[in-house]
Amino acid sequence: MSVPNTRDVKVSPHGTVATPGARVVQVQKSLMTHNDGVAAANRDAFRGSLVLNVVSSPGSGKTALLERTVRELGTDLSVAIVVGDLETDNDAERLHAAGAPSVQIVTGTVCHLEAEMVARAVDQLDLNGLDVLVIENVGNLVCPAAWDLGEDLRVTMLSVTEGEDKPLKYPRIFKDADAVVVNKVDIADAVGFDRARALDAVRKVAPGARVFELSARTGEGVAAWLDYLREQRRLKAASVVADGAAAPDAAVATEPG
Amino acid sequence: MHEFSLVMSMLDLAEKAARADGARRICAIHLEIGALAGVVPEALEFAFEGARVGTLAEDARLEVTYLPAIAYCATCQSEFELDNRFGIAVCPSCDTPSADLRQGRELQLAHLEVEA
Repeated sequence: MSVPNTRDVKVSPHGTVATPGARVVQVQKSLMTHNDGVAAANRDAFRGSLVLNVVSSPGSGKTALLERTVRELGTDLSVAIVVGDLETDNDAERLHAAGAPSVQIVTGTVCHLEAEMVARAVDQLDLNGLDVLVIENVGNLVCPAAWDLGEDLRVTMLSVTEGEDKPLKYPRIFKDADAVVVNKVDIADAVGFDRARALDAVRKVAPGARVFELSARTGEGVAAWLDYLREQRRLKAASVVADGAAAPDAAVATEPG
Repeated sequence: MHEFSLVMSMLDLAEKAARADGARRICAIHLEIGALAGVVPEALEFAFEGARVGTLAEDARLEVTYLPAIAYCATCQSEFELDNRFGIAVCPSCDTPSADLRQGRELQLAHLEVEA
């Protein structure tokens, strides 16, 4: 089966029976139905916290950015991290050392995080009074795209060493991004990074996303990223207060699962 | 290889729907997959071959309809089909980029063909 050119596909009307003697059962349900249900429960449980789902290729610098974020944001906001990897708890240890309660999800062979894994992981965290929860997804620009984890913001990262056309190669994960982070700008010149071409690719695929150009290593450009998180945290807190005033019962968080 | 997770979810939904209908065999599973859903057809087929063993869909055909990506242009107030596979949604009439994707992310179990 080759990849079809979707423009040539003729959509047959639902209910066409190709098997003699068979009958049609309409289902019309998303394959994500179960995950989306758990994600909605997560969203209820996360009510008071701003929740990020950070995705990128392996090695783009997710953990490095989060280490700096924990150190610099941690002075005025409480931050906790859930981090997914196929193996090892190295990243959770790094983030814990940076000062954030961190839970490692070891996925084994699974190439992405699902809402249920996150629900189990946050059982080990105290969400009460938590300002920001960051979910660092498995390093992968394909598989995590379809799984809603219950986050408020999807953050997609790329680094200057990866090629300017990354957003064009992995459109779905950039298209769904609320924010796009371009990391390692301190070495952009050394690797011949074409900034205009990269930003053009981001703007074409994700015209609505906020873009941050920064270096997690040197700290260049990180202030704007932290201000963005503080602003989003304020907006989230204000919306929760507004909802709570309208529906007092909603203050009781639903258990995920 | 997230297609395996998708296939497990698909078989779960399909078996529940078939059993609720009193069916004992699923002859065909009809899926609708959006152009930007990030699904590799070969990986989907491969996962299905392995996962269907021992289910009501053990001998079922997998029929996939691919849906084109469609975006909405707020300036022209009209929908347009993306003419590329890069997810670039630029209105062909007024050249404005659009972030409003109306179709293309679908991962939908549409219907089954079953036998009693």
